[in-house]
Amino acid sequence: MASPQTQLIEGLNALTAGLILLTAFGMVATRQVQGVMRFFIVQSVFLAASAFLIGFNRGSIHLVALGVITIGAKAIAIPLVLKRTLPGDLYERREIDQAINIPSSLLLALFLAIAAEFLVGPLVAVSADPVVHVNLPIGLAGILIGAYTLIARREAIPQLVGILAMENGAFFAGVAIAPDLPLIAELAIAIDVILIAVVIGVLTRDITRTVGTTEAATMSELKEEPQLWR
Amino acid sequence: MALMIAVSLPPLAALLCWIKPFRSVAWGITVVCLAGSFAAGIVVAAHILSNGIEVGIPNWFEADGLSGLVILLASFVCTLAALFAGGYMHHASEQSGRLWWFYCNYNLLTFALIVVPAFASPNLVWVGVELITLFAILLVGFESTPTALEAAWKYAILTLMGAPISLLGFFTLYWAYHLAGGAHLETWRGLYASAATMSPNLLKFSFLLVFVGFGAKAGLAPMHTWLPDAHSQAPTPICAVLSGIKTSVPLYAILRLLSIVLASPEARIGNWMVVIGLVSVGIAAFLLLQVRDYKRMFAYSTVEHMGIILTAAGFATHGGSSGAVAQLLNHSITKSLCFYAAGVVLISLGTRQIKEVRGLFRLSPFAGSALLLCSLAIAGAPPFPIFLSEFSILSAGLRSGHNAAVIVLAILIVIAFIAIFLQVNRMLFGNPEPASTSAFVPPSCRVAILIAALPVVVLGVYIPGPVHSLMMLASQQLGGH
Repeated sequence: MASPQTQLIEGLNALTAGLILLTAFGMVATRQVQGVMRFFIVQSVFLAASAFLIGFNRGSIHLVALGVITIGAKAIAIPLVLKRTLPGDLYERREIDQAINIPSSLLLALFLAIAAEFLVGPLVAVSADPVVHVNLPIGLAGILIGAYTLIARREAIPQLVGILAMENGAFFAGVAIAPDLPLIAELAIAIDVILIAVVIGVLTRDITRTVGTTEAATMSELKEEPQLWR
Repeated sequence: MALMIAVSLPPLAALLCWIKPFRSVAWGITVVCLAGSFAAGIVVAAHILSNGIEVGIPNWFEADGLSGLVILLASFVCTLAALFAGGYMHHASEQSGRLWWFYCNYNLLTFALIVVPAFASPNLVWVGVELITLFAILLVGFESTPTALEAAWKYAILTLMGAPISLLGFFTLYWAYHLAGGAHLETWRGLYASAATMSPNLLKFSFLLVFVGFGAKAGLAPMHTWLPDAHSQAPTPICAVLSGIKTSVPLYAILRLLSIVLASPEARIGNWMVVIGLVSVGIAAFLLLQVRDYKRMFAYSTVEHMGIILTAAGFATHGGSSGAVAQLLNHSITKSLCFYAAGVVLISLGTRQIKEVRGLFRLSPFAGSALLLCSLAIAGAPPFPIFLSEFSILSAGLRSGHNAAVIVLAILIVIAFIAIFLQVNRMLFGNPEPASTSAFVPPSCRVAILIAALPVVVLGVYIPGPVHSLMMLASQQLGGH
């Protein structure tokens, strides 16, 4: 039988899992670019919290370091990078056009979360660790819901945040199933995530300058049909 | 040591291109450094042939036969594409003030391409493959026209979406490895050793996720849609790198993981790979028939070849593995030549449309012969290496009892062959339009094409001993029974 302290930490970890799922739903339901970004930052903080909790439980300095890296990269560096590369009006108070309306989207997201639970059901059976049973399904749900927002949203920044939220989902599963990953690998992955934000930010800026809009839906000139080149 | 030199020369070149006084000679720096990297790659390959493995830093940078082959290919293609870029970018780019930035980014892309096969740890391979994607995005959109940026955006979203999916796949792989009692540091070698004891379910789940994530980057159908767009819009030297080696490197990671999964006795997924590979070949073959842009045509041919390699690896036999390795090699050298030829046509005539190119032989005998040679080679006509590797793949399939797959594959290859020839035929012969006059080919492009054509012509009739042994070593890593 696990000690009361371990049980408490596992309970708290389950709570952060729920909160991460909730922030994922929040991203689906938010209409404003700024709001989506805020949900992402909050989600990253919960991800770090889960890393701290599991790290404390297993006495692993590693996971604590990962939590610090996560906060540094996702809650501080990425919002700063985006604010610097993008023109202000693109980033602030802007309504997002969505392919499917919000109530249906939430329903779909709920369905994805349930599907994730059943998908990994046979897999988590190999481990007796309760943390794995919580983190892997929720992490996969995070990935699926992130992918959904990426497909449904037609604005550049919410699409980027969709990719980053998917990354959060992968990491949330990762802190439970791959806790001893070498620190260099973790650092490299974090730098990679920041680079994603930089590259997409620069690309978005270029697109705003030349095309004048960042609605991905308006960019549909390239396809396999007869067309005129200059 | 040679491995570390091969890996560290490209970032050094990138740094030099970025420093202000050197910006005007960025092209020279790039070509010299990448050629040095290629020379180091040859030394690495020689070490691998004598020792079986080349170790840079133990457990971090290691290269076996398969890695050595991919490092060699990456440095070869990138060096020649840089040489080609000298003349091409000068004539065709409207962004001549930012060329130093182009070369800086190009060197970083080359670094990522060489470092992925050199990494011994799968997690770092993930990081490397993401770096390839990121450095390639801004190069695809380099011309900053609305269509180029659209292509870059499509490419970015489709391929970056795969990143978190494959990341979870690599986490799962690590988990499976540790549950099976693996050592602290996860390396490809360690994974091979404990493949039989890992949980087959976890292995399959991990492979599926990595396959979805990296398959998009390798241009496998149905995630191939970014590929023709990016190839029609990117500067041609970048197309040569994207098609010739950038699609092969994620496929290299997929094949590595596939061989581990196939080594696990219960996880039978070989036939799935055959089917998925055939779907890619089929989609590409039919799109080749109706394509209207010759750069897109070569892009679809890349989708076809990636499908063929995956099918061959799915046979899970020695014959299939060696066919896949040979196809990987032949595709890289031939497809980069195709894009050099396409680039020369684009410079001379200024159009990407097949129907607007007529009588290329009369307009520019050099561009015409280059296009004829590379189309014969890429479609798989007899004296060329792709014919040999496709033939060996078909016969390996028959020997392993995949008769239906072999018949379908053979029919699709023939369709693709006919399609490419119908299209190229229209471009090469007939009377040129009177308006098109200029047919200038920059000298650096000429030199690049002549060097690139050499292995394409030679490897079809004679495979040198060391190249053959390296290919054999590489196919052993891919396994098969």
